[in-house]
Amino acid sequence: MLLIRCPYCEQELPEIEFRNAGEAHIARPTHIADETDDDFEKYFFIRTNPKGIIYERWRHVHGCARFFNAVRDTVTDRFLLTYKAGEPKPKRLPGVGK
Amino acid sequence: MAKSEKASKAPRSASRIDRPQEGEGGAHGLRRTLTLAGRRKKTSRVTIEAAGPASRISLRAPAESLAALSRALGVKLPEQPMGSAFGKSGDFAGTKGTGKGGGRAALWLGPDEWLVIDTEGGDPIADCRKAKVLHSAVDISHRQVAIDVSGAGAADVLSAGCPRDLSLAVFPVGAAARTVMGKIEIVLLRTAEDAFRVECWRSFSDYAFTFLAEAARDVP
Ligand SMILES: [Zn+2]
Repeated sequence: MLLIRCPYCEQELPEIEFRNAGEAHIARPTHIADETDDDFEKYFFIRTNPKGIIYERWRHVHGCARFFNAVRDTVTDRFLLTYKAGEPKPKRLPGVGK
Repeated sequence: MAKSEKASKAPRSASRIDRPQEGEGGAHGLRRTLTLAGRRKKTSRVTIEAAGPASRISLRAPAESLAALSRALGVKLPEQPMGSAFGKSGDFAGTKGTGKGGGRAALWLGPDEWLVIDTEGGDPIADCRKAKVLHSAVDISHRQVAIDVSGAGAADVLSAGCPRDLSLAVFPVGAAARTVMGKIEIVLLRTAEDAFRVECWRSFSDYAFTFLAEAARDVP
């Protein structure tokens, strides 16, 4: 079973307690009514969908119920890092060059 | 409308827990039966039985409110993940032999969320009201029921449906967590090395009990 570290529970817990909640670090426009249709489409629908490293929101829905962020490799399904909601995008990732 | 006004003026019973009436009892000739009344499964290594009635609250509060709420409840609200705490006197159901008591337990569910269970007729909502600090307390006494799972095979039976590591090193006595069991969400509390309390939603209680009883067939 895949284990995911919850930054609030401070331990690795079974994947079945968690739920994916889409891509992370997507800023909601401050004046959403003023957005052009094209900009709104980019904000609302367009996601990076990378092959490799992705920054995602996850929720420990059947545990502490908190949302947090995770860095995952979409090729290997390996979680590189998880961190609390609101914390900045980590610059350095464990096991990744650059 | 008149009916509910009348009801609200009726004197409160000594206990907030609705205990099932014995025999034909009850002022209106009604008999109340708990969802899992009489359900029991026993093998040589495990006993699964419905726990008695309890008062329960879902408590949400910020860190700065915890001291006052802990004083009001008589239980120090745990701040560590998987933490639980018990009151000082009386017995908390299911903790026999552990030296823990108080008739009341507070279980850490999340960074600002606790499940408070009172098995001795106390009123945790009224106690919270005494604490004049920011918090949210919701009575969920009847949303949930509890099942006691005990015996040398207790962890094995739970592991049939619960993905958590239930070894004593990872999930020691007093550990509490919201997790899953089979298809449902539960709150699990380890009350002794060989005993657990499973809290589940009332409408899932038949599923939960049947699941555990089926699993016990493989833990003879
Ligand atoms: Zn968690």
